[in-house]
Amino acid sequence: MDKWECPCGYVYDPEEGDLDNGIEPGTAWEDLPESWVCPLCGAEQEYFEKVD
Amino acid sequence: MFRPVTIAEGIYSVGCRDWDIRDFHGYSTDEGTTYNAFLVQGEKNILIDTVKSGFGEEMMDNISRIMDPKKIDAVISNHTEMDHSGTIPLVMHKIGEDKPLYCSKMGAKNLKSHYKKDYNYQVVGSGETVTLGNRTFSFLETRMLHWPDSMFTYMPDEKILFSSDAFGQHYAGDKFFDDEIGEEIMPHARKYYANILLHFSPRVQALLADVAKMNLDIRMICPDHGIIWRKDPAKIISAYDQWSRQEPAKKALVIFDSMWESTAKMARTITSGIESEDVHVRLMNTRKWHRSDIMTEVLDAGALAVGSPTLNNGIFPVVADVMTYIKGLRPQNKIAAAFGSYGWSGEAVKILNKEFEEMKWDMVDDGVKVLYVPDASDLARCFDLGVTLAKTLKEKLSE
Ligand SMILES: Cc1cc2nc3c(=O)[nH]c(=O)nc-3n(C[C@H](O)[C@H](O)[C@H](O)COP(=O)(O)O)c2cc1C
Ligand SMILES: [Fe+2]
Ligand SMILES: [Fe+2]
Repeated sequence: MDKWECPCGYVYDPEEGDLDNGIEPGTAWEDLPESWVCPLCGAEQEYFEKVD
Repeated sequence: MFRPVTIAEGIYSVGCRDWDIRDFHGYSTDEGTTYNAFLVQGEKNILIDTVKSGFGEEMMDNISRIMDPKKIDAVISNHTEMDHSGTIPLVMHKIGEDKPLYCSKMGAKNLKSHYKKDYNYQVVGSGETVTLGNRTFSFLETRMLHWPDSMFTYMPDEKILFSSDAFGQHYAGDKFFDDEIGEEIMPHARKYYANILLHFSPRVQALLADVAKMNLDIRMICPDHGIIWRKDPAKIISAYDQWSRQEPAKKALVIFDSMWESTAKMARTITSGIESEDVHVRLMNTRKWHRSDIMTEVLDAGALAVGSPTLNNGIFPVVADVMTYIKGLRPQNKIAAAFGSYGWSGEAVKILNKEFEEMKWDMVDDGVKVLYVPDASDLARCFDLGVTLAKTLKEKLSE
């Protein structure tokens, strides 16, 4: 599963999810709820870039 | 104190005071500020952070009183914001652009975006240690406290923490250390926290927990603004712990603006209602108080009443300014109520309620709207609103 990086440097790793914000480990980027924003800086998903 | 100031053996503060600045990116700095930069002398000479552009020559003069600035071997940049990096181009030009510039991963990216230069960036991450001559530095990334590039530099032998903006205060004076200034510095530190770091409070909590786990022996904290915490660094750490927990105090604010005094009358009456319940209260007219001073009061206020007349189907622009600012800093654990006078369409109260909802503040009711000039029964409703706010806060605090 792909990782996605926020302009602030935070990386969303599907294997870890984002438990502090109710995202279970194993949640793919595509399956994140629309309301999910960067837990560090608040940026919306559209500003993230896929990590190669 | 005459610069440079010795803070430990061979370690100097070589930064500058900005006595004149009164508006720091929209934050009122009634006593100016300082841009702290630190020179660590040894087998290698290291400069930690720099000053805002325009102050470069003064910093160079300060360094020259200790040594030839050309002999600086490396620069550590804890934070890319221009009040600290603005003089990096001048320094690099002077010492040689091939000299190492230590920074975080995001620091390298952001320095490039600011100065369009490919310096010799040496990227360091949390837990990394670099030994330069007889001095050792270790690094702790503090991402989003308060920029993506922010980091701390710690000198384990000297036990000094260079904390970038964290623990700083906008203050320019002849005092240099916490023991020289005493309690007088705390309102400045508090204002800094409320205006720069409040929205990152959960990260501050996590950072303080990490630092506690690491068991760092911190003898001195050198922030990039204001005084150095050398007598009692634990004091500012515990203040940050308290502020970041955002526990409400038995204190209310009535924030308002008014065109023809009707909303003002409502505000004064709500204030009396709050006072009648023995809750501390402060009435703040948004055209008399700077947004950053209102923000400082918001930090520990448990309850807020916000009032605005309706103007052109919206809220009064100065109230909107303050609300936008408060909202960005995401204060938590607040009880709120809206009020305002109107003439025909009367949208203001509804708009304020929506703002409260978006900030997840608890509304005590739908607020009080008054057509044109309030009469005795309208004012009685305002008084009751103040009482309700105060009582709700007291109940919450006793839980
Ligand atoms: C206190 C503060 C908060 C900031 N918050 C954000 C932010 O939330 N998101 C963002 O993209 N940039 C943020 N920035 C970065 C600024 O937008 C950036 O520095 C910009 O280049 C400033 O433009 P200016 O020179 O026109 O003021 C912030 C800057 C400061 C000083
Ligand atoms: Fe900053
Ligand atoms: Fe700063």
